[in-house]
Amino acid sequence: MGMTVLNVVISGLLMGGIYALIAMGLSLQYGVGRVFNISHGEFIMVGAFFTWALFSAFGVNPLVSLVIVGPVTFIIGFVLYRTIFSRLRIKSPSPAAFEGSSMLAAFGILFIIQNIVLAIWGANIRGYTYLATGVNFGGAVFAANRLVTLSFAIMIGLAFYIFLAHTRLGKAIRAAAQDPVTAGLMGVNINLVLALCFGFGALMAGLAGTLVSMCYSVDATMGLGYTIIAIIVVVLGGLGSIPGSFFGGFILGLIGSIVTYIEPGLSLAAYYGIFMLLLIVRPAGILGR
Amino acid sequence: MGRVIFHRSFVVGLLGLILVLLVSLPLYHPSTYVLVLLTAIFMYIVLTLSWVIFSGPTGYISLASAAFFGVGIYTSAVFGKVISLPLVIGIGALASFFLALLVGALTLRLRGIYFSIFTFGLVVLIQQLLLWWEVVKMHTRGRFVIVVNNTTIYYVMLIILVVLMFTTYLIRRSKYGLALQSIGEDEEAAAHSGINTTVLKTITFAISAFFTGAAGSIMATRWTYIDPYIAFNPLFSFLPVLMAIFGGIGHLFGPVLGATIFGYLEEVLITKFPYYYMLIFGTILVIAILYLPGGLVGLMQKWQKGDLAGQHGNS
Repeated sequence: MGMTVLNVVISGLLMGGIYALIAMGLSLQYGVGRVFNISHGEFIMVGAFFTWALFSAFGVNPLVSLVIVGPVTFIIGFVLYRTIFSRLRIKSPSPAAFEGSSMLAAFGILFIIQNIVLAIWGANIRGYTYLATGVNFGGAVFAANRLVTLSFAIMIGLAFYIFLAHTRLGKAIRAAAQDPVTAGLMGVNINLVLALCFGFGALMAGLAGTLVSMCYSVDATMGLGYTIIAIIVVVLGGLGSIPGSFFGGFILGLIGSIVTYIEPGLSLAAYYGIFMLLLIVRPAGILGR
Repeated sequence: MGRVIFHRSFVVGLLGLILVLLVSLPLYHPSTYVLVLLTAIFMYIVLTLSWVIFSGPTGYISLASAAFFGVGIYTSAVFGKVISLPLVIGIGALASFFLALLVGALTLRLRGIYFSIFTFGLVVLIQQLLLWWEVVKMHTRGRFVIVVNNTTIYYVMLIILVVLMFTTYLIRRSKYGLALQSIGEDEEAAAHSGINTTVLKTITFAISAFFTGAAGSIMATRWTYIDPYIAFNPLFSFLPVLMAIFGGIGHLFGPVLGATIFGYLEEVLITKFPYYYMLIFGTILVIAILYLPGGLVGLMQKWQKGDLAGQHGNS
């Protein structure tokens, strides 16, 4: 019994690390930038595909790919914000109208990215083996790649948190998250900050994609599932709260692991069930302000 | 918003002519391809228009279309073998109607974007629960649907379409349409002027689901086999939104135009270039949101207005 509990808890934490990372990314885009980015998961998919392609074509170590995938997804996100979302933000009569129109534009981006990848690499499920050896962890055995994934997810999350807490740009981002208009009046270049936030969000999704590809198979339609998990975590952790998203990710990972242990077919349904209940009972999130 | 594009009697005459043509079409023994293509276009118009009935005036972006469509499809699959077709469609439509009443009563208090997420979650929740029920509890996956001939499907879809268009027209003309519009403009102000916003939103949401469910129950008979992934395909939530925005939601003809164009494009492109079809689809969606706030109809109105202004300037 003690063994099973340990097993369930550790697999929950391992999954939670990925969830935390993608949720932090979405939290930057939605919590700060108000872009309800339904195409968030596509950046995960792009990161995963890049890593797979680099590994299978040139034998590039997935951990090295992190350094390549990060800037690529950052630039894609930054450019998308500057060309599409900043324009929509200026044109929208109200923040609520911007949320709606940005969500729909993000749907368009979802279809565009997904189908470009499909046109290049096709609909096959891809994968590679990296560090698949078992590691004994207090009696429970886990693949080494999952432990690497978890530690990198935590490191990236912490690094970003320190960046937010201790740099001038981080301060500007936090100010924009609280009140974009006032932040703008205080001399924050709000358009640039929001574009950077969107880029950082895409970057974290891309990095998460690289990490995901180390443990799971990769295919062009994998994005939406992760997007939905990110949305759930962001709502769970409270909008705009980066630490909330980080911890929310681990909480959801644990919930998923417990449900999977009890009834494997229902884990996705359980996520939605919890989420919908949460929306009705407490739309501000469990850890929300 | 309700600016008339063409002269009214001209429009009524044109619509009547189109209807007569569409009703008599099967008498000329057209190819199966034509019937199937038209049925698909009718289906998209029904999905899009029923989305617009609710989301157009209120501004609440519903992503539940696929859920109601799927409920219709599953009704057809479950009851199709035991009861007659009209009854099946009625049950499918009513099941969707009551599901929408329930969901609406629960969630229409939510802020706009949360409502969208919730409705989308609903699609996947039903899909996953159904899948679990079939695979784990029943040890089957999917069901076979009783096949109905193409002409019957064509006529049923046409009837649903005509009734829906008439309903949409009536709602827009009535004081309920005006009340819905005022909810979209300023919900608080609408509530203060004596509109019971929650009840109105919920009922309109349910009416829109009624038609989506009906369309699902008849379309299922074309697909012989269905499973939760086919029936509750999230694409059926996104397509109506895109078609409506592309065509323009400010006018009754906008959604019809958008759905017709995309319905046709899909039939032509999807078998040969599925990825490019979806790529074009996404690109047009982004462009429409950025540059065509009123959709195609808005563009036409702008041109017309420009012409009028030009004439005025000359005189």
